[in-house]
Amino acid sequence: MSQRVGVAGLYVRDQDEALEFYVDRLGFEVHTDVRNGNYRWLTVQHPDQAGFQLGLFKPQPPTIDEASAQVLSEIVAKGAMPPLVFIVDDCRSAYDEYRARGVEFTQEPIERYGSVDASFRDPSGNGWKMIQER
Amino acid sequence: MASRSQDPKLLRRLLRAKDRIDAASSEQWPIARLAGISGVSEAHFARSFKDAFGVPPHRYLLTRRIERASALLRDTEQTITEIAFETGWNSLGTFGRVFRDIVGSSPGEFRAREKTASLTLERVPHCYVSAARRPGLTMAVSEKRRLETSDNANASEATEAP
Repeated sequence: MSQRVGVAGLYVRDQDEALEFYVDRLGFEVHTDVRNGNYRWLTVQHPDQAGFQLGLFKPQPPTIDEASAQVLSEIVAKGAMPPLVFIVDDCRSAYDEYRARGVEFTQEPIERYGSVDASFRDPSGNGWKMIQER
Repeated sequence: MASRSQDPKLLRRLLRAKDRIDAASSEQWPIARLAGISGVSEAHFARSFKDAFGVPPHRYLLTRRIERASALLRDTEQTITEIAFETGWNSLGTFGRVFRDIVGSSPGEFRAREKTASLTLERVPHCYVSAARRPGLTMAVSEKRRLETSDNANASEATEAP
């Protein structure tokens, strides 16, 4: 396998907060965390998915201008970013576990279409659908 | 319609109230309850919600109820009366009128039409299919009714108190 997605990123409002959420609550591990002035390249990786990094990026200068950064921050906070899907072995037990760790669920597990799914949001507003592997 | 810049932290709290409506649209959602979830005053909540999401909170609630009713009409064999009460309406008459105003046909007509259309969307997570089918509701139901009975109405001036 020579061609694949290596990094896909999310916009987050605060990288420290996002790091705490994805690592301490969801079980990801830090892959890369490097700074250059105000800029911080931060990616996490799930222990079950080597080879894919989830980037946790703050919309900010110098990568984008201040006005665009403000608009993006608003869009993220309104939950208007694209769908994200997190696959788990057992949706109900994952729901119990993550909920106990303070993850904000927006939908309890529902059984449908031969699987079970739930929904949660990260602190920034990014919405995840959590789907049980069929 | 240019919207004012809003504090992302406030928006995130408004989103929490919107999420709660989404999770239980059949429940009663007075502004006080929603404002409490967002941690703002009632007056501030209604205005901020509309600025953020483009429609007043009550109107958003109506779209979600009709969306859910549409899905039940399409996907289940429940009676229209059962669906009306399950999706949060206190009267079958109100449900039928709002449904027709938003969707453009009666619940019964909608059901008959949808049952004949075969859609294969099993591979798309349910909530995204549902969102894609969400009824558009860009003006007040009462306003829409007025426009239909008026020749020279101007839709861009449609407003509604939340």
